[in-house]
Amino acid sequence: MKPTSHHFKENAARALTDVQLQRALGNIGEGFVNKRASARDALPEFDALRDRAKAIKDHTIEHLDLYLEEYERKVTEAGGQVHWAATAKDANEIITWICRDAAALSVTKGKSMVAEEIGLNEALEGAGLEVVETDLGEYIIQNRHEPPSHIIAPAVHLNKDQVIADFRAKHTHLPADRQLDEPSALVGEARSVLREKFLRAEVGITGANFLVAETGSSVIVTNEGNGDLTQLLPRVHIVVTSIEKLVPTLEDMNTLLRVLARSATGQDITAYTTLSTGARRRGDPDGPEQFHVVLVDNGRTDMLGTVFQDMLRCIRCGACLNHCPIYNAVGGHAYGWVYPGPMGAVLTPSLIGVQEAGHLPNASTFCGRCEEVCPVRIPLPKMMRHWREREYDAGGTGLLPRIALKSWAFFARHPRLYRLFAGPAIAALARLGGKRGRLSWLPLAGGWTAHRDLPAPSGQTFQARWRAHQRAQRKRRVRGKR
Amino acid sequence: MTTLDIGKTSRTVPESPHVALFATCLVDLFRPVVGFAAVKLLEEAGCRVEVPDAQTCCGQPAYNSGDRADASAIARKVIEAFEPYDFIVVPSGSCGGMLKKHYPVLFHDDPDMRLRAARFGAKTYELIAFLRDVMQIDVVNARHEGAVTYHDSCSSLRENGIKQQPRELLESVDGLELREAKDSEVCCGFGGLFSVKYPNISNSMVSDKVDRLTETGAPLVLSGDLGCLLNIAGKAAREGRPLEARHIAEVLADMTDEPPIAGARE
Repeated sequence: MKPTSHHFKENAARALTDVQLQRALGNIGEGFVNKRASARDALPEFDALRDRAKAIKDHTIEHLDLYLEEYERKVTEAGGQVHWAATAKDANEIITWICRDAAALSVTKGKSMVAEEIGLNEALEGAGLEVVETDLGEYIIQNRHEPPSHIIAPAVHLNKDQVIADFRAKHTHLPADRQLDEPSALVGEARSVLREKFLRAEVGITGANFLVAETGSSVIVTNEGNGDLTQLLPRVHIVVTSIEKLVPTLEDMNTLLRVLARSATGQDITAYTTLSTGARRRGDPDGPEQFHVVLVDNGRTDMLGTVFQDMLRCIRCGACLNHCPIYNAVGGHAYGWVYPGPMGAVLTPSLIGVQEAGHLPNASTFCGRCEEVCPVRIPLPKMMRHWREREYDAGGTGLLPRIALKSWAFFARHPRLYRLFAGPAIAALARLGGKRGRLSWLPLAGGWTAHRDLPAPSGQTFQARWRAHQRAQRKRRVRGKR
Repeated sequence: MTTLDIGKTSRTVPESPHVALFATCLVDLFRPVVGFAAVKLLEEAGCRVEVPDAQTCCGQPAYNSGDRADASAIARKVIEAFEPYDFIVVPSGSCGGMLKKHYPVLFHDDPDMRLRAARFGAKTYELIAFLRDVMQIDVVNARHEGAVTYHDSCSSLRENGIKQQPRELLESVDGLELREAKDSEVCCGFGGLFSVKYPNISNSMVSDKVDRLTETGAPLVLSGDLGCLLNIAGKAAREGRPLEARHIAEVLADMTDEPPIAGARE
């Protein structure tokens, strides 16, 4: 996927005036946020579980090499095959090769953010394969040739009317006068269209929410069951996933699943939680003949041992997006790449560079709500600040802001000079505010006054008034003693 | 002398603690009455209050813009000037969080300064948290007729653990009715330089915030952070909304003679 993160400001400006998008974004708070809050309140040990989840991920990432080797061994023992992909290009080549080897014409896919990251659909279509997304949200946006705007709800930026129009345009074999107003009608229509695709596909590709080293299993969680059909019906199942998804044991996976579902959708557990371990064995009633795992690095090992290592704990629940006021204002597409919101503001510069994605860690008020809800306690604002430091040190901060910051820092370090200049400056600003007590326009503060007034200062600084007050009190005391 | 459990560490609070007020640059420049209100509240709580001369800004603009060198130079100055006192009190959750939580982070490769910053942070408090949690004040001597709503600033809420304290103190004000706004834990869109660097996103956020506050029907919004208040009051004034804004200390100290923030002057 070609990033547009450096156009964040333009993307955001467009999003803010997109009436349909704003209507769709309005529903996020009510839905995800309230559901998570109820799920948290219903589970007294929720915070203890989060600590446990964080500890599990930290431990795994500290010993990632060992667990990856164990995982590969177990997958091989179960009759599967592990492929190592250092880059997106490597991953796409491996997957295309497996599809060719299976003489595949058509591929079904479960939802996978890593597949979006490496641009898998384009690669496979380029190799002449038909690729069908089977997650309803992904199916909807695939038909619109749009990337997902949310990591767990890819089509959250759309509303029902848009989806109805798209279905009518796409499914021309169905009667034009059919009723589609109920969500159930849309789901039913997608199901009937997809059923045929499921039966025809030679290869099914899914992501993985977790990989279990102990057993060589991969697990996916869905609420539609499409993931099961994608991985069980075709002859070949390919799991495309990134290296940090690993956990040591099934018990650990269980802990993480408990915080994942509650953080993501407010569910105790998702409707489908499916583990796959190797290919079909003798006597198994169903399952693929071949089982491949493509382990994608694509920049992640470069994060190990750096201040950004904590980001590798992320389990892609989307809670930080749902609770982020910036995400809620502009939606996911404004972020310009696969991963939006606070997690994207840290991960995107790590994977595609701060030159491309420097806006993302800057576009935050550091309100801290993302860190507050993160199930694995990733210090997201702190890491955004690290990106700002890298950008500042590399000279990426603009000249005018740099001069302004430097001057302010100079005065902040020199209290006497600060007082000397602050007094007259504030008096002048107070005069400009006049009797209205506010300014509608101020040079160099256009960003502020374009949308709101600047409250005028009172006229004298607190420190000046305080010193005058102290002097007056001393005088009164001296007079009293006489 | 009384010994209190404050957070996880127990601390000895002297009978009449020597408190340094760090007024913050926004209070100093924009709203001096908040400084006076803070002094009054602290003195009524039994503190001996001083306003050290060597104070300017806590260094947040530099720190949050990635200029770590300047941020730590400022932090060093503040620590040196303020560490002789029993407590450092700040009428702002945001600057309080900076002094308390972020100063120690700035000195990770200077063990001596890191320790000093940690000790300094441990005795630094946001004003309302200090009055309620350390001085154990539960009643203030103030009167305010009418309804108010309270805006939780993000840094008060998440960096200083302040949620109930301002509400408890407001309940004790004679004649005051507190009305909760919807989405009270959502950011107002100020974020320091964010409001200037991303003005239209900030505008979208503050518009929502002003809507939620106005919906309560209360004619006055209070908060512990002047940054949020300048943002909210500036937006309400631009749109001619029936919403006035003041720092919570002004109401708690019964010092509401000044026109509200962004309000017309006589």
